[in-house]
Amino acid sequence: MTDVNESGSPSPEKSPVGQRSGAEAVATVGEAERSAAGSASGPAESGGTPPGGPGAGLTDRDGGGQQLLRMFVQNLWSANTVTVTVLAIVLATLIGAVLIIVSDPDVLATWGYFTAQPSDALNASWAVVSEAYANLFKGAVVDPAAVQAWADGTGEWQPVFAPISETLTYTAPLVFTGLAVSLAFRGGLFNIGAQGQATIGVILAALAGFLLPLPPVVHLIVAVLAGALGGAIWGFVPGFLKARTGAHEVITTIMLNYVSFSFLAWIIVQNGVHEPGRPEAISRPVDGSAQLPQLLGSDLRLRVHLGIVLAVAATWAVHWLLNRSTFGFELRAVGANPDAARTAGISVGRTYVLVMVIAGALSGLGGANMVLGTTATALTPLVVAQIGFDGILVALLGRVKPWGVALAALLFGALQAGGNRMQSYASISLELVTVLQALIVIFIAAPALVKAIFGLRAARAARLSTSMAKGW
Amino acid sequence: MRSVRGMRVVSVFAVGGLALGAAACGEAPSDSNAGGAAADKYTACMVTDVGGIDDKSFNTSAWAGLEAAKAADSNIDIKYVASKAQADYEPNLTQYVNQDCDFVLAVGGLMGEATSKIAKANPDQQFGIVDAKLPESNVFPMQFDTAQAGYLAGYLAAGMTKTGKVGTYGGMKIGPVTIFMDGFADGVAQYNKVKGKNVQVLGWNKATQNGSFTNDFVKQDEGRKVSDALVAQGADVIMPVAGGAGLGTTAAAQTSGGKYSVIWVDVDGCQSTPNCPALMTTVVKNITDAVKDAVVTAAKGEKLAHDPGFLGTLANNGVSLAPYHEFDSKVPAELKAEIDKLKADISSGAIKVTSASQPK
Repeated sequence: MTDVNESGSPSPEKSPVGQRSGAEAVATVGEAERSAAGSASGPAESGGTPPGGPGAGLTDRDGGGQQLLRMFVQNLWSANTVTVTVLAIVLATLIGAVLIIVSDPDVLATWGYFTAQPSDALNASWAVVSEAYANLFKGAVVDPAAVQAWADGTGEWQPVFAPISETLTYTAPLVFTGLAVSLAFRGGLFNIGAQGQATIGVILAALAGFLLPLPPVVHLIVAVLAGALGGAIWGFVPGFLKARTGAHEVITTIMLNYVSFSFLAWIIVQNGVHEPGRPEAISRPVDGSAQLPQLLGSDLRLRVHLGIVLAVAATWAVHWLLNRSTFGFELRAVGANPDAARTAGISVGRTYVLVMVIAGALSGLGGANMVLGTTATALTPLVVAQIGFDGILVALLGRVKPWGVALAALLFGALQAGGNRMQSYASISLELVTVLQALIVIFIAAPALVKAIFGLRAARAARLSTSMAKGW
Repeated sequence: MRSVRGMRVVSVFAVGGLALGAAACGEAPSDSNAGGAAADKYTACMVTDVGGIDDKSFNTSAWAGLEAAKAADSNIDIKYVASKAQADYEPNLTQYVNQDCDFVLAVGGLMGEATSKIAKANPDQQFGIVDAKLPESNVFPMQFDTAQAGYLAGYLAAGMTKTGKVGTYGGMKIGPVTIFMDGFADGVAQYNKVKGKNVQVLGWNKATQNGSFTNDFVKQDEGRKVSDALVAQGADVIMPVAGGAGLGTTAAAQTSGGKYSVIWVDVDGCQSTPNCPALMTTVVKNITDAVKDAVVTAAKGEKLAHDPGFLGTLANNGVSLAPYHEFDSKVPAELKAEIDKLKADISSGAIKVTSASQPK
């Protein structure tokens, strides 16, 4: 309903607000509609705010600052996107804490005599959980000890920024793959193939990186573009098949993931690609001239590189493409209702192909990040890690909106970077991070669950679940 | 509406509390002495490669080595982190350096670049690496000439085959895999030369370095597919060099009722697989003892020499042929004696086993 409305006007943010009376209080037309729809469907009495009838909420809003405040509180405690996301993260953290306690035999033993000596169990549990999450924070954001040492003059400045640098290093590729999944999603396609597109991207970027003898700056640009090209080719295939034959993109992209992985494993050991004299499956390293420069000097501890800047630029570009360009309008129209779009004169097939090509190119850029950045300089069978599959989670968490995706990628990057430290310092398995990520996405995909647990008003919950389920 | 929900919440807590209460009536331990200070222990820290600690291959073996070191010297403390991706190697190594680990162990040649970088940045830190040799002198290399033990396995297989055909396959065409197969092929060739027989090797051609591969180290059905093809061509002894994928072959061999048997690799298959009755022997790559010795030596304060480092051979038991276990009665005493003689000859250098993938 809202989606159709959004795609009906090329730029929802700039829509004339005056058309609807009382809608000035909120930023966008869509926003007002959603909250109105919410208060119509859900019990408005909860949350301690005075009851406002379905109609009253919309018409009484001219009342001034107090009403505005009331609306704000109401909105905050209704099941809106931000509240549900934050609460989902809180819930996931709580369950994670339980898992940490349960998986530590020593702590679990103290629960065996809880009634006899409850302080033991509580103290032990608190110690292990707080240590785990403290290390997660120290590894992802900042370590107070390093700040202290720097302030005292006993430490250097690098350790202070190392955690943030790690977080951004892990974030960059996830932004690209997350964007790739959400862009396709907005066009009504479920792109499971980000992994494969990133894999082909990583291969072409690396090949361009060590086979082409080019001068420094040009070489880097060519290598990055080669990555994008590789992904675009791998995105074109399912897009074309979908447009021409109606082959379902979920099937074709999953299958192409396997093809790309086997291709990577094969090409690494070919002559001219395989690093001579090395027994392992590893390719020649990418030339220095094709590597993304580090942003904070050449220190080993500060791995953040130009990739994160490119990621932000890509986010902006996708945002512009979706909301400001003609193609973005067509894309959303096709995503909302292909039949209606076709009737309106939009070529659905062409849109599908283009969407997949652009999504593929984005994934390919993510792949290029993995081999041209500081995380690896040569192809190995697992050089791409899981960025494509994580990209699907990032896209869902970011509500398939470009800046939302960037923030979700930042959260996942932080979890990854913090997880490394948590594993190393607190001996908590890295799998816990995977579990946390999965739990967050599960709660977000099931807003009704979060709503029920926290007794949120039902506003917008219906819309949330439909937007998540569409296209599958 | 609201109050009903409230009641529901209260009842959930009440029930949960009862359950917890029932389960939590144990006695508190009377004595709660704090654990001894662990500050001055020698800490050995291991970073796994992407295979993880349970890969039933070099990560598992290396960790077993650290555990053995801890058992041998109570002053040694051990821990590990698992890497999930290439990108994790550097932060994992760095964080162990930051935590003042005395010995940081990297597992697998793919970690070479990352280890090299971190070792260069921390010249006073002792590192160790399995299956690679890096130029940095503070990284103790542990390498294994498994071709020597593979040679014995090839000779044994050739002596045991009834069809005149033996087979082998790998997980991937990379050095640490094909070195087993090179040795195996040479062992068979040696048997043919000495006995004037013509036993064929299926699945690997040493001269052209081409053969059968699963392209996977995990999927058992892939391993079984390849070995079924070799068996169909007449092979009755198979040596899979494909990690967990080889388990497909051992299971199939056990159910075949003795139609064919298997030679396992890496860790004695009678400990690491459930199919001991089908296993003739194992080509053992003794990572465990190499790691244990290195850590115990370093913990005593002795310097680990980068040159020559550790090279596992038949002579120093770094590689070996495991006991025959259930095949002990089936292998002719004469053949056993010939293999023991070969082992002595290789150890003394009278016979040279060569492979393109040998560590230099």
